[in-house]
Amino acid sequence: MIGETHTGRRDFLKSMGGLTIAFSLSGAGCFASPENDQLLNDLPDDSQINAWIQLLENGRIRVITGKMELGQGIKTAIRQVAAEELTLPFDSTVIQIADTGETPNEGYTAGSRSIESSAMQVRKAAATAREYLIELAAEKWKVPAAEIEMKGGRVVSGSYQNSIGELLQGKQITRKLNGSAEIYGKTRRQVVGHPVRRDDIARMVTGEMTYVQDLRFDGMVHARVVRPPAYSSVLEKIDLAGLEDDYHVIRDGSFVGVIAEDEWKAIQGISKLQDRITWRETTGLPATAGLKDHLLSLETDSQQDEQEGDPATAIPEASAQLEATYFKPYIMHASNGPSCAVALYSDRQLTVWSHSQGVYPLRDSIATMMGMSADDIRVIGVPGSGCYGHNAADDVAAEAALIAYNYPDRHVRLQWMREDEHLWEPYGTAMIMKLKAGLNAQGRITGWIYDLWSDGHSTRPRGDAGSLLPARYLENASPWPSGGFRGGATRNARPYYETGALSLSSHIFSGPLRFSALRGLGAYANVFAIECYMDELAVKADIDPFQFRLMHLTDPRARDCLTELRAMIRNISPEEGQGIGIAFSRYKNAASYCAVAALVDGSKQDRPVVRRMWAVVDSGEVINPDGLKNQIEGGMIQSASWALMEEVKFDNQHVTSHDWNSYPVLRYQEVPLTEVRVIDRPDQPPLGAGEAAQGPATAAVVNAYYAATGTRVRDLPIIKQQAG
Amino acid sequence: MIRTFSLTVNGKSVSLEAEESTPLLYILRNQLELNGPKFGCGLQQCGACMVLLGDQAVPSCGLPVSAAEGQTITTLEGLALADGTLHPVQQAFIDEQAAQCGYCLNGMVISTVALVRENDQPPEDLIRERLDRNICRCGVHARVIRAIKRLSES
Ligand code: FES
Ligand code: FES
Repeated sequence: MIGETHTGRRDFLKSMGGLTIAFSLSGAGCFASPENDQLLNDLPDDSQINAWIQLLENGRIRVITGKMELGQGIKTAIRQVAAEELTLPFDSTVIQIADTGETPNEGYTAGSRSIESSAMQVRKAAATAREYLIELAAEKWKVPAAEIEMKGGRVVSGSYQNSIGELLQGKQITRKLNGSAEIYGKTRRQVVGHPVRRDDIARMVTGEMTYVQDLRFDGMVHARVVRPPAYSSVLEKIDLAGLEDDYHVIRDGSFVGVIAEDEWKAIQGISKLQDRITWRETTGLPATAGLKDHLLSLETDSQQDEQEGDPATAIPEASAQLEATYFKPYIMHASNGPSCAVALYSDRQLTVWSHSQGVYPLRDSIATMMGMSADDIRVIGVPGSGCYGHNAADDVAAEAALIAYNYPDRHVRLQWMREDEHLWEPYGTAMIMKLKAGLNAQGRITGWIYDLWSDGHSTRPRGDAGSLLPARYLENASPWPSGGFRGGATRNARPYYETGALSLSSHIFSGPLRFSALRGLGAYANVFAIECYMDELAVKADIDPFQFRLMHLTDPRARDCLTELRAMIRNISPEEGQGIGIAFSRYKNAASYCAVAALVDGSKQDRPVVRRMWAVVDSGEVINPDGLKNQIEGGMIQSASWALMEEVKFDNQHVTSHDWNSYPVLRYQEVPLTEVRVIDRPDQPPLGAGEAAQGPATAAVVNAYYAATGTRVRDLPIIKQQAG
Repeated sequence: MIRTFSLTVNGKSVSLEAEESTPLLYILRNQLELNGPKFGCGLQQCGACMVLLGDQAVPSCGLPVSAAEGQTITTLEGLALADGTLHPVQQAFIDEQAAQCGYCLNGMVISTVALVRENDQPPEDLIRERLDRNICRCGVHARVIRAIKRLSES
């Protein structure tokens, strides 16, 4: 049972007596790079980031972060950096994650920026705390600070020594962050840089870990939502007669929620109600089959993003030319656990437990949708199933809030059904990439023209109601957001290679399906296209694919990744029908470097299998090498699944990929074995890596499929399924 | 129809009232407050909800409570010894850090326990075959395969 014995942060501080290091930095520079530039501007004054570290009297430290644990191990990494600076064992740290009532507003946990931003703020805060403790001791002992140090979590100098608690004496103090404090994570590395185990995994294997899906409150009721048959369907008639004994139905416009005391009963309520509703159905989707042509026929907001030299002249003058068009379909986040939330409306206060990636923006959007003041809403972050971007977490939270508002004083738990998740989540948008380049006689690229077609990449909540699915179906409906965020589409559109003359243009359309941020955003499709194209160019130039890439790369760290990868697979000799492919990218051209190789068995041409995958990753200073490997391994497997078989299908009414059979993903029998090497560069800043493998892994698989079969795949997925 | 059921869960006998069509999953989660088994699809496609029925790993989302009567049911919570010592399969998952979000872990651990009860040195092909029903969206499969291989070596 989860009790409601929450102490506010202020009370907590009062009761614990501790040292609070508050730090504030001006907004933009350190804000976790959101997918959506507008987000920055929309964030109110609290875009000023505050984070806290509390040194508890028992010598433990409590780290507070506005980030969410998404299964990426961020909690462990953040605790590691804090423990290091205070010379404490890892186990002496505890952590509090995102909660609008407790933690600073850190916007979204996204874009692989949690390590680069949040963990680094915690690091500076902890280092500042250490300096402060040493100052306190210097005063107390009348010893110069230079002769005092921290060891094993204690402050010591000759025969003097004090615990943190002894020095603080229950006092509480706030100090500004000192950016120039010595960083032990760089100089000592006792905890940082080591494969510290995540302690949540021990709780996961025993069933003790609490996911939002597992919250249980006294008197909690269960809700489900009855979905329309198409995006723009309208509810014409509903007949509730005779249901009163078993169900409480909430209806607002075309939004219908059903509540029952028992979860199974609520689930059965969906079809019972569906039978009693008349929808005005609407069609208007193009079918999946003609999607590529359809997308190219849409009106676009087009612009040239970059131009260097004159590729239109350089290419025809080159000794060889190549043109190719690549296509990436809509793909799903498809979380393993359907999205879930619990909401309680009581005394005009709304509390929502959610696995959203951004508790503050969600709170503000819910406030707009409900016409409530944000001050009366609290959103508490609780881990859910892995989300890989903006999935239905925010939608289900908004729905639970709406239902709870109309059914006060009871906790309302709402979990989406598998079909809800598959049919209604915001997908990663389809994209088309057209490339044209010229090669000189030595096989060097002399000109490069790149055009991409894409929808926007983020419809995350940012205080508006329309980003929340239910808001569009209310009597007082909010319009669907149009997501012209170019920065998501053009992420990694620029090749990391020397290409001579260059032109990059983007064409943003409004596509047929609901979309939002999916792991890597546009970088996934751009890197897929660029790296497959590099492979095609290498073949045309008759140069080994490693060599061809190295010829065009100047950054030594990029070159090191490829050289290391080549060494890693040197002894692999593909059997008959098998082939190896490689790819490389630097995520966002500014974050982690990642080179990937894949071994594909193409002996069954229509059912290729990826047998093995290798990666070399350089994420600068490594906080937790095993956490980093885990992210890259998982990213490669997920990306291999995307490349091989994933495509959201729809007919002219709605999406038809409604479950794991109609939207198959890679399973154990066909999953590759993986191996990751980490290049640790403690002298460099740490870089996020959660999205680094997505693009290169898909390109490596496609290139390996070519090496195995001689067939070039330019339209994903490789395995074309029958219509769903 | 609502009636009383007697079940044996994690070695304990329990008696409870339920609508007889209710899938075992909801009984375990909502009435017995066992959070190990998870709802993933309700369609017997993903394995998130698996439990041991005797020695077999089965999805509990498609099993009406009436069909579970008289059977020995073990959930994730019932695998460790009374003194807290973890089942070797649980320990192997921890040692290999074979998880990201962990939502799929219940099903993977349950499938693996059923597998090693049958064959304590399963070849890779058999591991892959037996875990094929378990979907993991975070991609921890390769780690899980390594964990099971490590287990059978020790
Ligand atoms: S929830 Fe039972 S198999 Fe998916
Ligand atoms: S670890 Fe997230 S679904 Fe498997």
